[in-house]
Amino acid sequence: MEFTRRQFLKLSGAVAATLAVVELGFDDKGAQAKTREFKIAELKPTPTICPYCAVGCGILVYSKGDDVVYTEGDPDHPINEGSLCSKGTTVRQVYTSEKRITKPMYRAPGSDKWKEVDWDFALEKVAKNIKETRDRTFIHKEKGLTVNRTDSIAYLGGAALDNEECHLLQKLFRAGLGLTYIEHQARI
Amino acid sequence: MTNHWNDLKHADVLMIIGANPAENHPISFKWILKALEKGGKLISVDPRFTRTSQMANVYGQLRSGTDIAFIGGMINYILENELFHKEYVAAYTNASYIVEDTYSFNDGMFSGYDKGKRSYDKTKWAFKKDKEGKTLKDPTLKDPKCVFQLMKKHYSRYDVDTVIGVTGTAKETYLDICKTYASTGEVGKAGTILYAMGGTQHTVGTQNIRSYAILQLLLGNIGISGGGVNALRGESNVQGSTDFGLLYDNVPGYMQVPTTAESDYTYQGFLDRITPKEGYWINKPKFYTSMMKSFYGDNATKSNEFGYHYLPKLSAGKNYSFMRLFDAMHRKELEGLLLFGSNPAVGGPNAGKEIESLSNLKWMVAVDLFETETSSFWQKEAGADPASIQTEVIFLPASGSFEKEGSVTNSGRWMQYRWQAIKPKGESKADLEIVHMLARRLKEMYKNSSNPADMPMKAMTWDYGESDHPDIDLVCREINGYDMKTKQQVKKFGDLKDDGSTCSGNWIYCGFYPENENLSKRRDSTDEGMSNFLNWSYAWPANRRILYNRASADLNGKAWSKTRVGIEWNAAEGKWKGNDVPDFVVDKGPKDPTFNDPFIMMAGGKGALFASINEGPIPEHYEPYENPMSNSFSSVQLNPAVQFGEEEMNAQGDVSKYPIVATTYRLSEHWQSGAMTRSQEWLAELVPHMFVEISEELAKEKGINNKDKIIVSSARGEINAYAMVTKRFKPYKLKDKTVHHIGMPWHFGYKGIVTGGSANRLTPHIGDANSTIPEYKAFLCDVRRAK
Repeated sequence: MEFTRRQFLKLSGAVAATLAVVELGFDDKGAQAKTREFKIAELKPTPTICPYCAVGCGILVYSKGDDVVYTEGDPDHPINEGSLCSKGTTVRQVYTSEKRITKPMYRAPGSDKWKEVDWDFALEKVAKNIKETRDRTFIHKEKGLTVNRTDSIAYLGGAALDNEECHLLQKLFRAGLGLTYIEHQARI
Repeated sequence: MTNHWNDLKHADVLMIIGANPAENHPISFKWILKALEKGGKLISVDPRFTRTSQMANVYGQLRSGTDIAFIGGMINYILENELFHKEYVAAYTNASYIVEDTYSFNDGMFSGYDKGKRSYDKTKWAFKKDKEGKTLKDPTLKDPKCVFQLMKKHYSRYDVDTVIGVTGTAKETYLDICKTYASTGEVGKAGTILYAMGGTQHTVGTQNIRSYAILQLLLGNIGISGGGVNALRGESNVQGSTDFGLLYDNVPGYMQVPTTAESDYTYQGFLDRITPKEGYWINKPKFYTSMMKSFYGDNATKSNEFGYHYLPKLSAGKNYSFMRLFDAMHRKELEGLLLFGSNPAVGGPNAGKEIESLSNLKWMVAVDLFETETSSFWQKEAGADPASIQTEVIFLPASGSFEKEGSVTNSGRWMQYRWQAIKPKGESKADLEIVHMLARRLKEMYKNSSNPADMPMKAMTWDYGESDHPDIDLVCREINGYDMKTKQQVKKFGDLKDDGSTCSGNWIYCGFYPENENLSKRRDSTDEGMSNFLNWSYAWPANRRILYNRASADLNGKAWSKTRVGIEWNAAEGKWKGNDVPDFVVDKGPKDPTFNDPFIMMAGGKGALFASINEGPIPEHYEPYENPMSNSFSSVQLNPAVQFGEEEMNAQGDVSKYPIVATTYRLSEHWQSGAMTRSQEWLAELVPHMFVEISEELAKEKGINNKDKIIVSSARGEINAYAMVTKRFKPYKLKDKTVHHIGMPWHFGYKGIVTGGSANRLTPHIGDANSTIPEYKAFLCDVRRAK
């Protein structure tokens, strides 16, 4: 084989699948015929990083339409070199789990159940709640000093989010809205 | 981590203390095993014999909350037997610094204590300066007032017998660990320390980690391949979220948040307060101004102090950290709570009380993949009466990690990109999109306001595209930073300016997106030397893989070990070269007086054996908030600098009623509060029940059989669980008594496919004197059979 492992991702569909099989030590020609039956043969893997611990293992995701067909450890990744733990191995189920919430939900004060709502309703509620509490509790000046803060709204979370998300969250909630209670999992 | 995962294979000895990577970071073990294959030795120190201990050459049993005693004894052993790395200690650490005469230590207390405030006047521990302001030093390390001698005296009290009477470690084992680990003080050898929440989650958490750092500095193990102090971080991006300032007292890049203190009335006064006079942090004003330009763009001008007064100012002296946040909620001071992937009803300390506090909220917003215990705290299955809870709750469905794109930063500071593999499930949306849509709505609401209080919202820039879907590339460019005029990307943080001509959302990441390539997307896995993989993704800062790597070379700039080359001084080319990006000025040669100052962030450039944090400049053992014995080292029981919160949130248990020491931990099959993993079929099936590990001896005493239903109680509450009777816990033989120790996972709650008692209903609401991290890892409880 002339291909290096790094080129693996640049190759598409059937060829890539064949290579993977050959690397496992199967007969080249026989395997090539077999690949047509593989569900992932026509699919392109997308590299991702495991969402759980901070080892940062590489995972390849094979998806088709609205289905994740298959996931596997990324053989090119220098840390995990293709291997994964129990959580990394089952990452497909983060997508397929029937427990996933797929619509915004609303619980009215005193109610004993959720009600499905649309995004527009949900976001409008959130924005109005933030604005109403912020504006009423906002301290613009204290002893002559501009302090621009509210101590009445708290923000929690971030360790499972992307860096870009963390940047925008801290920008909106601290630099824009003036929250002081900004915390996340690193503290606990 | 000062180092990174692949680098573990270069260690001669690995000491894993307060961590269990075999189960919680399983793939890291690939590199630990490679070290062992080459003859490396593995030491595991833990209250429980874990799967990591199973793989170790030596296992040391340690009662929860006694790390300072354990490491203190090792430091004493090394100093007494002169096993430290002499040149390194003398030249690269502050061992030679002379301390002021006002420093003293007596019966567990340092000088300068204010009993009323439970805090110290740290100026009492300052270094002595000459008339020109230069620190006085004794390079021979003989002056009785030099750091080395003060430390030697302090640790002389940590003799082996006193130590093991506190920790409960067998003497022979303890001496074996001391000897094995001290062997890395030999020039050319490398020892690494791996720790996790077992080290940090204590009232003395910060000093625990300081102890590890002191040990490593003494042995010359910092800056070298196979060495370091390595935090095994537990969430995929907890490194990044910390880097990006999602903590009350930090803005991005580990810089301070302004307060109402007098110094902070002007931007210049604030900068003067937070900018040290020496070390790389002298550049802080450049990073701070550039950050504000990323927040407020052209609305941050020289005439308005670069938007300084738009930023919220904390009430000076007020602690807004996680537990104090829940204290405020308990007092009904909070109206709203926004949760972005956060589940404190399972993960927070004294969770029962925290859940009660949630009903004091007027509104809550939960952004998550699954219904969490926190977002559903008002439901009957949570034990609540829905009709009596007036909190309005809005749940926004978030998409999973591969249903969107963006980067995460691993424990080794590698910023790795994740591409989108599939459209978001159902109507779920990426958090990036959610915050973008929310920000655009709010900007619109404030658009026509002329109220001065609304100026920060109006001044904040939000230029990530006009559709609901933000352009992530524009976010990335802003994080890296660019020239405000030319819009050209800034190449490195050294190019950032304090005059408002550059922006950078997070200076430590500046350089990941120079020109037109986002380097976090790099996938070249060629090992060009010492497994640093310099062309795979991007590591902050400046793509350096091992921090303080100047210390990998000796006083002449040559590697301490030929088989472990970090960077070396190349006299012919007049620059530092090697297997890593130099963590040093690249052309600073032997003629420069600061050539042997490897710790560039520190004033003076030396590693801090002696460092003034809240409870003292040298770590001292204090017992946990709840403990089974009186302190053997002094008459001071609890860390004197620990602050107390709301009394009602923090009931304290007594050993007479709760005689058993308990700790919490994690499992391979579940993750954190379990919101993700207990909602999946396979992982739920693999570990379907909450259990508590108890020793055979304790089981016999209590009449408990394996798999019995038991009740665990503490001063805060009770939970049900199954008993797992095991040899992994053994009774602890301490100085004057034998105590039992149990352990339990904290992943369970009442939602998901599998449910179970939440361990955090038992844990205390008190934390570390510096970080305020809760003391989850050492508390008292009792167990009994469920009738």
